[in-house]
Amino acid sequence: MNVHEYQGKEILRKYGVATPRGIPCFSVAEAEGASRKLGGKAWVVKAQIHAGGRGKGGGVKLARSVEEVREHASRILGMTLVTHQTGPEGRLVKRLLVEEGADIRKELYLGMVVDRATQRVTLMASSEGGMDIEEVAASTPDKIHKVAIDPKTGLTDAQADDVARKIGVPEPSVPEARKFMQGLYRAFDECDASLAEINPLILTGDGKVLALDAKLNFDSNALFRHPDIVAMRDLDEEDPAEVEASKFDLSYISLNGNIGCLVNGAGLAMATMDTIKLYGAEPANFLDVGGGATTEKVTEAFKLMLRNPAVKGILVNIFGGIMRCDTIAEGVIAAAREVKLSVPLVVRMKGTNEDLGKQMLKASGLPIISADNMGDAAQKIVAAIAGK
Amino acid sequence: MSILIGRNTKVMTQGITGKTGAFHTRMCRDYANGQNCFVAGVNPNKAGESFEGIPIYGTVKEAKERTGATVSVIYVPPTFAAAAIDEAVDAELDLVICITEGVPVRDMIRTRERMQGKKTILIGPNCPGIITPDEIKIGIMPGQIHKKGRIGVVSRSGTLTYEAVGQLMERGLGQSTCVGIGGDPVNGLKHIDVMKMFNDDPDTDAVIMVGEIGGDAEETCARWIKAHMKKPVVGFIAGVTAPPGKRMGHAGAIISGGKGTAQEKLAVMEECGIKVTRNPAEMGKLLEAVL
Repeated sequence: MNVHEYQGKEILRKYGVATPRGIPCFSVAEAEGASRKLGGKAWVVKAQIHAGGRGKGGGVKLARSVEEVREHASRILGMTLVTHQTGPEGRLVKRLLVEEGADIRKELYLGMVVDRATQRVTLMASSEGGMDIEEVAASTPDKIHKVAIDPKTGLTDAQADDVARKIGVPEPSVPEARKFMQGLYRAFDECDASLAEINPLILTGDGKVLALDAKLNFDSNALFRHPDIVAMRDLDEEDPAEVEASKFDLSYISLNGNIGCLVNGAGLAMATMDTIKLYGAEPANFLDVGGGATTEKVTEAFKLMLRNPAVKGILVNIFGGIMRCDTIAEGVIAAAREVKLSVPLVVRMKGTNEDLGKQMLKASGLPIISADNMGDAAQKIVAAIAGK
Repeated sequence: MSILIGRNTKVMTQGITGKTGAFHTRMCRDYANGQNCFVAGVNPNKAGESFEGIPIYGTVKEAKERTGATVSVIYVPPTFAAAAIDEAVDAELDLVICITEGVPVRDMIRTRERMQGKKTILIGPNCPGIITPDEIKIGIMPGQIHKKGRIGVVSRSGTLTYEAVGQLMERGLGQSTCVGIGGDPVNGLKHIDVMKMFNDDPDTDAVIMVGEIGGDAEETCARWIKAHMKKPVVGFIAGVTAPPGKRMGHAGAIISGGKGTAQEKLAVMEECGIKVTRNPAEMGKLLEAVL
């Protein structure tokens, strides 16, 4: 689960991580009021959407007067912000963060992820802040410093100080950088984060260490421990189809192609998408109905796929193990009837009670195209939509 | 022979009285030599009772002492799964297989840390389990799609493993052991660990390795294969079409920071002499070709 920048900063502040002072706003009047409340001579008006690259897209503006705050706020609120992470359709801005301006002396980078190789939380730090860290990693990997954190001790003073010095934090600010990094780790650990990114981390003219931006992701399997974080979820930032799917315990992801896929198991679902591509078409979605696919779940899955107007055909690929093929056939038939299916449907079933399942599909009288294996199924659905 | 488990393995079920644990313990007991293999259940609240004739003990330690079980399979809910693994590790079992899906990563980081220097081997969490066909099955895979043979299978995903097995069976090729290692970012055995065991197993002639996007466990395994493996290995990686930054079902299946793409993994595997296919319908055919 993702949160907005202002929410991430709220969480981090509880752990002693320093940020500029700021106030979230939902209207131009609120933004104006926020700048008065914060005081000072400069403010930053920042669009709050769950995507990076906001500055380049025109969603982050510096204001030197309350009038400028109002101007920027009225332009950014309600704009459709397009960044390299939003896709060409962009994202409607509904929330702002108004922050006090900071005297930036130096921009650094801090990130934290769960590293598969070490099986630990890893701190990544770089002197190259404010840039695309993936580019830094690719072009100058020696400028990225990594520390695997022992869960028993947390990030030690020695580790934190060493990293701070390596990324160019001047000696007088090292204790503050240590406090920052240790706070960041405690927040990461205690809140069950899966990713934290502070880009940039800034050094100010008076030697302060502040998080100018904050991106936090949380482990969805651990949200049961964090009702306060769940309360921060912003459904406007999520794909409506994916939100709908989660209500039925379906794992669904929208993609750009025109063949809907319904599969049991994530690995097989990805493999099915790959096979479709191999035969020259593109999948419209990833959809894993899971192990316990009931008739109701299969019906909901069909409805979900068909809500996407781009879908020109559907491929069902089920490996029936514990789940029997006749149960799946029943679900597919009921779903096809209920949604009055009007696009070609190819079904490939394999495993327990395979023959019975196939017979049921045939006996249903529905125009279902049966396939023997994955390759055959993909070829048949690609041919069927080409024939339309 | 086979790897990790065989007809004489003695198994306890942690979470035997829950819906999933009960259902799958029944299925496993009914498979091949299961009647003799599944000897105990663990539930602190039901110690002294029995599950359809299988005695239930209050702790893993007691179950081990009373029945000689050296392997545990875990079906407890995600909130308690890591603690269940810890208990099995502390009781010094040989092998723990955690089927439970949705275990918080933070819990697994601590559990892995606790396991350092201990003898217990972990498979999972979030995995289908392990089967030595016609001898014993521990986990949720359908037993009847397998038969005994000489091909090893190691995979991060469940149904895609069954798919690989199904394709082998169409060619009359049985399996020595099939291991579903699961896709979570912090877990037990990796591809490389299982590959080493297959290499040493006199009854395994060749291996199918099935991977997914995310992480670099497949690449690490591929490099080891190039240097040490004496048997042919074929591979497939799911997720060529998966877009970066989108988690595809599993906690682990995600391309992040431009790393862990299927193309990259396939390229490294090919460089290391592994025969790979980009068509998941042809895993069995490819394996037959290298025998």
